[in-house]
Amino acid sequence: MEYVSPIELAKEKILVVQDYTWLSIHSVANLFRKPLYMGDILQQADVIGVGSLPIVVLTGFFTGAVLALQAANTLQRFGSLSLVGQLVSLSMVRELGPVLTCLMVAGRNSSGMASELGSMAVTEQIDAMRALGTDPMKKLVTPRVVATVVMMFFLTIISDLVGLAGGSVVARFLLGLDVRQYWSNAWENLVYQDIVMGLTKPVLFGFVIATMGCYYGMTARGGTQGVGRATTQAVVAASVLILVLDFFVTRLLMALLSFR
Amino acid sequence: MSAPVLPLASSPQRTPPPAGAAVVFEDVHLAFEDNEVLRGISFHLEHGETKVLFGVAGSGKSLILKLALGLLKPDSGRITVLGQDVTGTPEDGLFALRARIGMVFQESALFDSLSVRDNVAFRLMEEKDLPEEEVERRVREALRFVELEQTLDLDPAELSGGMRRRVAIARAIVTRPELLLYDSPTGGLDPVTSNTIIDLIVKQRDVYKTSSLLVTHRLQDAFTMATHQFDEKSNHMRALPKGTRCEVPLSFLILRDGHVIFDGDVHQLAHTDDTYIRNYVS
Repeated sequence: MEYVSPIELAKEKILVVQDYTWLSIHSVANLFRKPLYMGDILQQADVIGVGSLPIVVLTGFFTGAVLALQAANTLQRFGSLSLVGQLVSLSMVRELGPVLTCLMVAGRNSSGMASELGSMAVTEQIDAMRALGTDPMKKLVTPRVVATVVMMFFLTIISDLVGLAGGSVVARFLLGLDVRQYWSNAWENLVYQDIVMGLTKPVLFGFVIATMGCYYGMTARGGTQGVGRATTQAVVAASVLILVLDFFVTRLLMALLSFR
Repeated sequence: MSAPVLPLASSPQRTPPPAGAAVVFEDVHLAFEDNEVLRGISFHLEHGETKVLFGVAGSGKSLILKLALGLLKPDSGRITVLGQDVTGTPEDGLFALRARIGMVFQESALFDSLSVRDNVAFRLMEEKDLPEEEVERRVREALRFVELEQTLDLDPAELSGGMRRRVAIARAIVTRPELLLYDSPTGGLDPVTSNTIIDLIVKQRDVYKTSSLLVTHRLQDAFTMATHQFDEKSNHMRALPKGTRCEVPLSFLILRDGHVIFDGDVHQLAHTDDTYIRNYVS
């Protein structure tokens, strides 16, 4: 194995952070510079949003269902089984809805973006685009970032709703609770701060998913092996960053929104 | 260890480039980590001229094209393309210049998610003010030029290597660029297909008289270009009578160990005393 000095390694890592930051800033700045590729944004929204719908629905439903099961087990000991709805709704809306949805979409779309852009990079298609006078950052990166951010927002809402529905199925058929009681308990205990927190996260995580996928794709080198490596790195980096960011965003929003 | 650098057969660096040259390289250096690939490259390409770049694999021929397009930045030196300083212009400022240049990549670099029509129309579609009928007309015209009009609705994956190269030429010429850059357009192709590609390049050269830089390691391609001219009647190139020269200026540039060791026309090349070049040419 080739020895790399710690200084070289540190320089390499700093360069990665610098390049990623540059890509992230440009992906947003391009929104205010012509041309804006609306057709590409809509196409990506279809691929990311509609394409991810089945996995988001399935994940959301079963997460809500298992939450209800687990919660019931504990709540029953305190004679508070009727609070299942509240527990499912708070957990889904604040935390599990955004995080799990984004992790699922990261697995599906960060990898997709990294492999697609990576294949383009290693076959000189990105260079060809630049040679044809088109900025790949505007044409390829910005539409993916915009589409992912917007679609993550809506996918999380769907995931939250489906998760609550999953919980209600368990509450009704396995716990024998009244469905109306479940829904009113779930709904009434949600406050404005929960919704703000639950819908701020997918926007930030969506940005991470798209920029990570695009960064590793655009910088892929070394043929098909390089594309494979970029794909894996994109998913791992996006997933880890989502979980790390989740902690800090939660902490920050709790402070900002004067959480109860 | 690299071979000793031979003295220049001609002295391209010593003649100052004409003010209106299409491409000017002045003492360009480029290194990748410790490997200095280009060591003071200087040459110029005049308007309407075709220059063929030779050199063994890894001599930096393709890098010269990428530098001319601004896809890479040199470590030092100055590059001027169509009157614009490429070295000092940031990436954002280069897109307008690149729209005036056509580039044919080594492996075609067609967008595999787009059809042949969309590949060729890519640049035209970016110019939002062009009506759809005009785009369609120019795409068909470019594909007709490379004799592939029938492939309009196919995907690049459905084309042979030679056909892909021809579509890449159509994509490069569809905007009628002021400068054309060919990166090994016949690389990896069989002799018959290579001849078809050279036929198209000669046709482009003689019909539109576009300034061109062509990278190749196939000497026969360069000599075919020097000894043939496009014949409008047969729609193919034909051999020039002995002793006559092609109307469009054609020159050769040979690279070795990161230096230009020859820059001259076919007659200077044929009569050079340089042993390396004579061995290379023979």
